[in-house]
Amino acid sequence: MTAIAQIRRNDQPIYLDYQATTPLDPRVLEAMMPYFTYKFGNPGSRSHSYGWEAEEGVEKARGQVAKLIGADEKEVIFTSGATESNNLAIKGVAEFYKDRRNHIVTTVTEHKCVLDTCRHLEQQGFDVTYLPVQKNGLVDLEQLRAAVTDKTVLVSIMAVNNEIGVIQPLAEIGAICREKGAFFHTDAAQAAGKIALDVEAMKIDLMSISGHKIYGPKGIGALYVRRRPRVRLVAMIVGGGQERGFRSGTLPTPLCVGLGEAAEICSSEMVAEAERLTRLRDRMLKGLNAKLPEIYVNGDLDRRIPGNLNISFAHVEGESLMMGIKNLSVSSGSACTSASLEPSYVLRALGVEEEMAHTSLRIGLGRFTTEHEVDSAVDELAHHVTKLRAMSPLWEMSQEGIDIKSIEWAAH
Amino acid sequence: MAYSEKLIDHYENPRNIGSLDKGAEDVGTGLVGAPACGDVMKLQIKVGADGLIEDAKFKTFGCGSAIASSSLVTEWVKGKTIDEAETIKNTDIAKHLALPPVKIHCSVLAEDAIKAAIADYRAKASKKDEPQAAE
Repeated sequence: MTAIAQIRRNDQPIYLDYQATTPLDPRVLEAMMPYFTYKFGNPGSRSHSYGWEAEEGVEKARGQVAKLIGADEKEVIFTSGATESNNLAIKGVAEFYKDRRNHIVTTVTEHKCVLDTCRHLEQQGFDVTYLPVQKNGLVDLEQLRAAVTDKTVLVSIMAVNNEIGVIQPLAEIGAICREKGAFFHTDAAQAAGKIALDVEAMKIDLMSISGHKIYGPKGIGALYVRRRPRVRLVAMIVGGGQERGFRSGTLPTPLCVGLGEAAEICSSEMVAEAERLTRLRDRMLKGLNAKLPEIYVNGDLDRRIPGNLNISFAHVEGESLMMGIKNLSVSSGSACTSASLEPSYVLRALGVEEEMAHTSLRIGLGRFTTEHEVDSAVDELAHHVTKLRAMSPLWEMSQEGIDIKSIEWAAH
Repeated sequence: MAYSEKLIDHYENPRNIGSLDKGAEDVGTGLVGAPACGDVMKLQIKVGADGLIEDAKFKTFGCGSAIASSSLVTEWVKGKTIDEAETIKNTDIAKHLALPPVKIHCSVLAEDAIKAAIADYRAKASKKDEPQAAE
């Protein structure tokens, strides 16, 4: 396990933010190295061996990515990441089919890059329906069915939510879209490599993938674009016509190779990794529950990727908790560092009360998380939550049996 | 975000955490902020017969800056008259702790908490002594 020793130095905090990004798997780095050095050719060069070997690396990677999602390699195009893939899929489809259909359906808990792309299209005259989600974070299929009309060109629903890790019913969504003649795009940045995905079985027409969420490099992603029945797109970046004209620009060979290798490792280790992470997550939740009363998991716990927990620690503000747990790197569900003071829009969409949303942390476990790290995290969290509750007026009131909602608070 | 040493010290070793008897006549209680906004401060002062604040306690639900701001003001108000305590400005708190711009509201809340505690103390005192309330 020397590889793992390279991931985290002993003086660094325990990394528990695997939904934000993942470290590069050392095996991935190893696969990339030759393409930084002696295999430096342009994969677009057809006239010499430098180009051929670079092209070979890129095409192998394309196949590896395709295999992970049950696609054909010709249906995978490389992009700079899931944000670009989401932009290209949504804008590209909307633009191409706008004379026939001009309606898009998405959900309120999508990643900002999907929501902002949809807002942008609204300004261009497209109609967008933002579906609510249920208390568990999942879309209501009957509501979806009712929202998709003969004007709907695209349904864009994320496979796994980045904050709460819940898995949407992809196959059911795909069936509704196919029945109604709308394309189905899914942002699978948090899903690929974590859960089994099959574009055929799930009737997915477009899928966005990110390299750095699956232990691959940053700056690379992919977009799956179905060929049969064919999905057409207007390109955003034009030029040399690379990637079937969908995305011009010289391919970054080492990054493509890294994404491919990362996908390959996920394909072969996903099942075992999911089992291990489920055990670690259950251990963490059990440990926290044993030490702390009044903690609540946000989002469905069963229909969820193994490596995610999103917990509200009642009456303790998330940012102050993060300041205390210095040896743990997690993220806060409350965006209190922004001047807006708005807590997470995802948690609000689940109907989590604002005060509870302010007490939430997102804890992400991954490939290099150990049992020892989980146990340390439980101890550190429990210590600081207890300390902060002792100085929380809300905790004091709740212990005295005062209903916090009965108080008339002055908004500020 | 890098916080100042003073802020971190107040967050890690908060002064004067706790509660005073809110029913006592010589105690003024201020409860400001709102849970939905992510900040609630409870600040209490105990005023001696000589008119000086002899004790102050706080409890705060909020970010590290909010905890540090309330801890700091409990230190500052002790030994002051309520008139003097009332002159504490949020800008003084923000400057002392070197609060980043997005955390200025924490110092505003701390100032509001002192003012609310003083107002509560005065309301109690005037009830006890009606003629003074008429002045």
